[in-house]
Amino acid sequence: MNVVLQLWRQDGPHAPGGFKTYQVDGISEDMSFLEMLDVLNERLVNQGQEPVAFDHDCREGICGTCGVMINGQAHGPQLGTATCQLHMRKFHDGATIVVEPWRATGFPLVRDLIVDRSAFDWIIEAGGYISVDTGSAPDANLIPIPKVVADTAFDAAACIGCGACVAACPNGAANLFTAAKISHLNLLPQGQAERWTRTERMVEVMERYFGSCTNHAECEKACPKQISIDFIAMMNADYVTAKFKNRRLVAQS
Amino acid sequence: MTLHLDAKVPPGPIADKWENHKFSIRLVNPNNKRKFKIIIVGSGLAGASAAASLGELGYEVEVFTFHDTPRRAHSIAAQGGINAAKNYHNDGDSVFRLFYDTVKGGDYRSREANVHRLAEVSLNIIDQATAQGVPFAREYGGLLDNRSFGGAQVSRTFYARGATGQQLLLGAYSALMRQVEAGRVKLHTRAEMLDVVVKEGRAMGIVVRDLVTGEVSSHSAHTVVLATGGYSNVFYLSTNAMACNVTAIWRAHRKGAAFANPCFTQIHPTCIPASDEFQSKLTLMSESLRNDGRIWVPKNAGDSRPADQIPEDDRDYFLERIYPAFGNLVPRDVASRAAKRMVDSGKGVGPLKNGVFLDFEAAIARVGRDTIEDRYSNLFEIYNRITDEDPFRVPMRIYPAPHYTMGGLWVDYNLMTTVPGLYSIGEANFSDHGANRLGASALMQGLADGYFVLPYTIGDYLADYLGDPVVPTDDPVFGEVESGVTARVDGYLGANGSRSVDWFHKELGKIMLDHCGMARNEAGLQKALSDIPALHEEYKADMRVLGSGESLNQSLERAGRVDDFFELAQVMCLDALAREESCGGHFREEHQTEEGEAMRDDENFAHVAAWAWSGDPSQPDLVKEHLDFENVKLTTRSYK
Repeated sequence: MNVVLQLWRQDGPHAPGGFKTYQVDGISEDMSFLEMLDVLNERLVNQGQEPVAFDHDCREGICGTCGVMINGQAHGPQLGTATCQLHMRKFHDGATIVVEPWRATGFPLVRDLIVDRSAFDWIIEAGGYISVDTGSAPDANLIPIPKVVADTAFDAAACIGCGACVAACPNGAANLFTAAKISHLNLLPQGQAERWTRTERMVEVMERYFGSCTNHAECEKACPKQISIDFIAMMNADYVTAKFKNRRLVAQS
Repeated sequence: MTLHLDAKVPPGPIADKWENHKFSIRLVNPNNKRKFKIIIVGSGLAGASAAASLGELGYEVEVFTFHDTPRRAHSIAAQGGINAAKNYHNDGDSVFRLFYDTVKGGDYRSREANVHRLAEVSLNIIDQATAQGVPFAREYGGLLDNRSFGGAQVSRTFYARGATGQQLLLGAYSALMRQVEAGRVKLHTRAEMLDVVVKEGRAMGIVVRDLVTGEVSSHSAHTVVLATGGYSNVFYLSTNAMACNVTAIWRAHRKGAAFANPCFTQIHPTCIPASDEFQSKLTLMSESLRNDGRIWVPKNAGDSRPADQIPEDDRDYFLERIYPAFGNLVPRDVASRAAKRMVDSGKGVGPLKNGVFLDFEAAIARVGRDTIEDRYSNLFEIYNRITDEDPFRVPMRIYPAPHYTMGGLWVDYNLMTTVPGLYSIGEANFSDHGANRLGASALMQGLADGYFVLPYTIGDYLADYLGDPVVPTDDPVFGEVESGVTARVDGYLGANGSRSVDWFHKELGKIMLDHCGMARNEAGLQKALSDIPALHEEYKADMRVLGSGESLNQSLERAGRVDDFFELAQVMCLDALAREESCGGHFREEHQTEEGEAMRDDENFAHVAAWAWSGDPSQPDLVKEHLDFENVKLTTRSYK
């Protein structure tokens, strides 16, 4: 099959960027979207042009490295699928495909289709952990956790940190990402000791870099792991509670 | 210089060695720990867990990863689970049994003392991960669930759906980020280590290239830890992530770290076969599918009827036929070789005739579609996404693919390489899996090394250097290494040839898969040993890397990695040639029984083959570490 790519090229964060058109002919519909980009790059190199820079690694949909806007949709048209797992059979022969990097203030552009998602690390740094030094853990079966709780915590923990939620959000908000991590830890008995400080701190760092959530739910639709926006509601509830709980005097009473 | 290998295995009964060792090695006083600086390269299970643990202890730690965030490391892709001898299910598991199974599964080519320690600390890993909030699967009573895995007769595998590696890595990553927040760990992302700096015989630091700006910089420390994973991507097509490479440990090898058992590579039997020549990687389908799937090919070569039109009489369920006792559940290496024999004899299935069927029809008829859906729906979905075929209606097609590398840098009992002050942990070292790794043991080893072994053993080395400052990075030794790195980078940019780096990588992969893959023989290895250096020369002269070294340039990153793969490939072939026996993942066609089973030679090859850099990748020096088996009886593996 043949496709036409309208692809965003930009040499660096401060260089001007723009769409360039590439005709990619003779590709197989069994190829993944990224393999199609590999073919384009191989051909560009042979023609003496610099290949397109794009982030990718495991190509199994779990590492969260890849991700581009495809025809305006984060990770493209297939529900619950990261870019690397999207295959060319999902497009028509002769289709024109618009390929862009994640567009969000929280993710400054690095080059072509690559953006800088470091702000996600900063949110985790602010409290996305349970403080347990190596060696100090009690036996794993000491605290039984109801299966439904463990399963729900897993649903939230499935987040791969790709940033599609931010890219899909009209406000460039990172609420789904942040809520997924907060809910994962706040649901578990092990996470209770730091529940309120964690929530407050992570939300505040999130707000420093990203926009505000206005319940469009585009994030849930774009999420390759289909993480539910229910977790945003849980985060919001915990955030409000935290505002009371974290007052020193209340804690003493 | 002849290399001397001292494994430093502590004396005493196997069950007491680690306890005694922990007591006898030196410690660093808590107030002195902050005076020591430790560099860790890699942020996967081993690297992240080590960095977090050492940061908690109070050391000054710097972590380098070439990813945009530590959470991308390829540990994240492990599906199945992690072993631990908890015996929560009262089925007779014990530390000794896990130890025994691992040594036997490794076909008796691992070091007993290391494996026993691994089995001991496996208990702590599950506790640690659970306390961090890793959402392991649970039973309705709220306690942890286990499943069984190949090579064991007990249920000892803990899992988190089909994403155990992801959840464990996120646990280690969160512990790491907590130390970053606390200021005890400094994190460098998109920073690729391109050389180790050795002064007066000791590792003193590293030289890295910033992948965004191209800046080459030096970093010094009291000790350097390499946790940079395995090298299956030497085959080009493997289950590894695209960026996995050998460069960090290969550069260390060139600086004096011996490389052990490079030919011990594991081929995983259940992967989705390649669909075209542009295939960039192979996707693994969990081994658990073999519990319910029946593997078959058409009896007659060239039979191109669709699966549902091939009558029962014309099908060959070859694993059930050849290995009636274990059937479809024979170990990975045995299953892989049998599938290869079928495809080589023209009985392969699929458009490219490059796979065998894995058929769930009988299982669906036996237990019902709902049960099969419950067990495997996520895997069926992945398969469907990639192939556009529905495994409920047509059999899956599978074929073996390179997956894990048991070989790696030689380390002693303390996980130190042959370069003093240079450690290697996780898949990057050779230590625990012998010639074949059992399922669910990779996660165990990575975390054992990082959480529970290195944090103890590293103090024993550092204790000697209390009060010594790190070597300043303006020392000429750093300048020299930096110039070398810059010259290499400039060389790739200046080659100005006609073919892409990937083209050469694919060609190298084909040579390796054909001659140093699932089955090896002398003629093939000799051919590879003449083809690889020739292709390498061509590579250096004819590669084409566009763009500059002063900005993000992914072809340039790959150029160096492929360059190192060429050198590694030669040592892998030499190692495979020298090991005149078949064991685990290493199958030499000259050494097999009449029925085609592997024949080990314990008399002559019960050793670790450690290769030392001589300046010429085609002529490394071989040094052997003899393996003593005092607690495990050497037997022939039989699955008939």
